[in-house]
Amino acid sequence: MPPRGSRGPLPPLLLMWALAACAARASEITFELPDNAKQCFYEEIAQGTKCTLEFQVITGGHYDVDCRLEDPDGVVLYKEMKKQYDSFTFTASRNGTYKFCFSNEFSTFTHKTVYFDFQVGEDPPLFPSENRVTALTQMESACVSIHEALKSVIDYQTHFRLREAQGRSRAEDLNTRVAYWSIGEAIILLVVSIGQVFLLKSFFSDKRTTTTRVGS
Amino acid sequence: LALYFHMGEREEKCIIEDLPSDTLVVGNYKVQRWDIHKHDFLESAPGLGMFVTVTTPSGEVLLSKLYGPQGTFSFTSYLSGEHIICFQSNSTRFAVIAGSKLRFHLDIRVGEHFLDESAIEAKDKMNEVNVRLEHLIEQIHHVTKEQDYEREREEKFRKTSEETNSNILWWAIVQTLILISVGIWQIKSLRDFFISKKLV
Repeated sequence: MPPRGSRGPLPPLLLMWALAACAARASEITFELPDNAKQCFYEEIAQGTKCTLEFQVITGGHYDVDCRLEDPDGVVLYKEMKKQYDSFTFTASRNGTYKFCFSNEFSTFTHKTVYFDFQVGEDPPLFPSENRVTALTQMESACVSIHEALKSVIDYQTHFRLREAQGRSRAEDLNTRVAYWSIGEAIILLVVSIGQVFLLKSFFSDKRTTTTRVGS
Repeated sequence: LALYFHMGEREEKCIIEDLPSDTLVVGNYKVQRWDIHKHDFLESAPGLGMFVTVTTPSGEVLLSKLYGPQGTFSFTSYLSGEHIICFQSNSTRFAVIAGSKLRFHLDIRVGEHFLDESAIEAKDKMNEVNVRLEHLIEQIHHVTKEQDYEREREEKFRKTSEETNSNILWWAIVQTLILISVGIWQIKSLRDFFISKKLV
């Protein structure tokens, strides 16, 4: 799992960081959602913060889940039913506790594994410009661009890992189904064929005395 | 500690972390209990603790400890795979108390390297860049570990698909043989039967 939470190292002036209006936070959690269940998460967000919610269903049934995002007033910002994967970005219009829920209530017996990544705020700059008089040196610029590139590598890696997990889950399901179905079909074949013959034989059995035999 | 969710007093909530081997995971949590009289979550509840249990992909328990209402736990994975982190409160109160629930704040960090704060404080410009570079190197190592783990999993995936493929082929052949042999047996058996009954 890529390093999340505090993205880069803390800037030298810790005071400046503490005063940052939008402290960047990212929570990513993979959890199991039982059938007919709903799981809600809450987060307190300051006004004006740009947030992104991304979720994906990894295993279970038709690989879909209902998702719903509400602001502190209860206004629904995002609502989708039976989605397999989605990403939603919004800017917090007011302070308060935002709530997002995943629901598996439409499913009767399959429980799903859901992954979500909720990113709040932008990351603080690597080299903050408050305590410097000159522009970034080449070294620092290189650091910044490597950091950005790595962030996107980690992002792609996470997406790939989830897709692969999903594909593997389907492949394993398929394998089990093929095995059971084949064995079942072979047994049915044998039972039915042998049964047919004995059934037919029983139609012509000697129990009925009225059956005359030709040329006795 | 911003993200939180609600859970019942005696409920066990688990989260899944798919980790490569040798990865450090650090978790911060805070739990609050709902107070009926104040209609709010108490800031601190004495005696309230959380059992944190970490299970490895092989079913072994890696960590099982009781922490207080607020705590930090950490573990390092030695196997690669899905680790399950479970939380359950140690509350012995009866769950019949209506509206009794817990607010659970959680922050999990995977593969994060904690930097030496004093090194950052140094005014020396060279040192600052040094620190950043070290962090970047750590991140790259983590990316590499994840990639190795991904290669392992893809191999497992491919093996499963190939097994399915050969299963289908094998069972198709077996079923055809059963069909043919049973058909022949049926005809022979019935013919003998009708001959013995003098119907043919």
